[in-house]
Amino acid sequence: MSIQAWTTALVGVSFTLYIGIAIWTKARSTSEFYVAGKGVHPLANGMATAADWMSAASFISMAGIVSFMGRDGSVYLMGWTGGYVLLALLLAPYLRKFGKFTVPEFVGERYYSQSARLVAVVCAIFVSFTYVAGQMRGVGVVFSRFLEVDITTGVIIGMAIVFCYAVLGGMKGITYTQVAQYCILIFAYMVPAIFISILLTGHAVPQVGFGSTLIDGSGISLLDKLDQLNVDLGFDQYTNGSKGTLDVLCITAALMVGTAGLPHVIIRFFTVPKVSDARLSAGYALLFIAILYTTAPAVAAFSRTNFIETIHNKPYSEAPSWFKNWEKTGLVKWQDQNDDGLMQYQGKHAKNSGAPVKNELSVDRDIMVLANPEIARLPNWVIALVAAGGLAAALSTAAGLLLVISTSISHDLLKSVFMPEITERKELMYARIAASAAVLVAGYFGAHPPGFVAQVVAFAFGLAASSFFPAIILGIFFKRMNKEGAITGMLTGIIFTAGYICYFKFIDPAANTSENWLFGISPEGIGTLGMLLNVTVALAVAKFTSPPPAEVREMINRIRVPRH
Amino acid sequence: MATTPRQNPDLQQYWRANLKLVSVLLVIWFVVSYGFSILFVDALDQVRIAGFKLGFWFAQQGSIYVFVVLIFVYVLAMTRLDRKYGVNEE
Repeated sequence: MSIQAWTTALVGVSFTLYIGIAIWTKARSTSEFYVAGKGVHPLANGMATAADWMSAASFISMAGIVSFMGRDGSVYLMGWTGGYVLLALLLAPYLRKFGKFTVPEFVGERYYSQSARLVAVVCAIFVSFTYVAGQMRGVGVVFSRFLEVDITTGVIIGMAIVFCYAVLGGMKGITYTQVAQYCILIFAYMVPAIFISILLTGHAVPQVGFGSTLIDGSGISLLDKLDQLNVDLGFDQYTNGSKGTLDVLCITAALMVGTAGLPHVIIRFFTVPKVSDARLSAGYALLFIAILYTTAPAVAAFSRTNFIETIHNKPYSEAPSWFKNWEKTGLVKWQDQNDDGLMQYQGKHAKNSGAPVKNELSVDRDIMVLANPEIARLPNWVIALVAAGGLAAALSTAAGLLLVISTSISHDLLKSVFMPEITERKELMYARIAASAAVLVAGYFGAHPPGFVAQVVAFAFGLAASSFFPAIILGIFFKRMNKEGAITGMLTGIIFTAGYICYFKFIDPAANTSENWLFGISPEGIGTLGMLLNVTVALAVAKFTSPPPAEVREMINRIRVPRH
Repeated sequence: MATTPRQNPDLQQYWRANLKLVSVLLVIWFVVSYGFSILFVDALDQVRIAGFKLGFWFAQQGSIYVFVVLIFVYVLAMTRLDRKYGVNEE
């Protein structure tokens, strides 16, 4: 069977499964729509959280980024997992005890203020839209490469599927589809990784194969070989870093704190029955995430080795079929600079004795995971499996984000601000309408991506880190924090972080180099500074304004204890 | 049944024990991720174990394993703490 036939079959089966689950789990009340009736088993919630969290970026892009950045790529590996420790220890159990539906709702009640709630709603909607556009794009790319339809058709098919289970089932439908999607995506990620690990090192566990000796008879280890290949071609050593230490610290911290502050992740912990379940399901979630995240750096190293060995200095006329296939998408390009018909791949430190040789290959990092099985010449069904896995990752995250957008609109804006008298039935209807509208907007951005999608990812994490996270943490751990402090803190954090990112990404992109950055901190890491500013300002303002009312202190006492 | 949660000294003690546990775990979290994997990575790279430079291993593998263990240790310790102070859910 051809790749295309296999892909059609596997994607068709997985989509049928998602729709089946959607029909089985139709939501009947707002509680079911918003938090799955708080009846999700912690293990199921762990899987759902893992699928919710691991997006097209984790599945498709991350190993590729690590493979091109080497040790510098560790910021993503640690940043996107370390946040779960913060989430489990500092947020999840208390927010579950609070026992309402949304993150802005907590902010609003803890700070006895509709303005605080509004600031939180705007952040939640902005962060979620930023993120969801990227997911729909991922869906489109997978469709166009593997099923040879155009990107817009791919996006529309993806929208139709998400529409079915997010609009019908709400959180309940999303949760159980995410469980299925986790199983599909982790299987799809592990199968090629295990195959390639065996081919290169003889070890079936990629995490072990990563550090092992190659079985090509050379007797050197994979990482030594990769260091040597990188240096020979004029790149930095794979296992060494080239970013500034402070910058690496700040990026890692911003990603960790941002992860813990993202509303679509936090909201998942509202769906379990008990406080102890919230703690436990955070543990399961990270365990399930760690399976992929510890495999990703191994995949990164394998694919870079295979890529260099099959392409560098090989005649273009004999280029492997995957190279020609990806060339059609424009994501790999070869330009013969010295007319020798060979494909030369070189880094910035390359010194050329004799004839001038320049780098002739440009490779988009996003293709490494998708092309990896083809590069290693794995069977067609494995390649198709990766396509189905990429779609599962993108769709599961998109659904979680759409739910946050719809609850923010129906519950935090309509119900709490504009029409407080609304009945539950009506609210549920508006939630569905908001979800449908959000699907359409997301689809539009997926098909016509604004040029800045890639740049604004820093925004999502930076804003979550500099707004939600400090406000929630202070709200739980510092009783004296009042609304004046929290609101000025959030606004300071957001304005500082957003201003810094806007300046370097949009206003003066040419100045986006380490010499111009504040303390050498890149826009990706500036959320950390924004968070510190938020906390400092909040504490200072709270000191000079009146303490929160007694009933708020009472509420804090209540959420700190699992049973009262 | 009437309860007086506000000034309950037991609950204050429970909260202090909770904060202590969380602080210890977060110190480990910090040392492993920011210490071993970023600040002292080059020093640890001098040591090689199972084909990996140790600092590189912590940055791309070890820190993640430690994160998972930390959460499960927290879950177990909190379950015991909840029971000790009688605030566990049925």
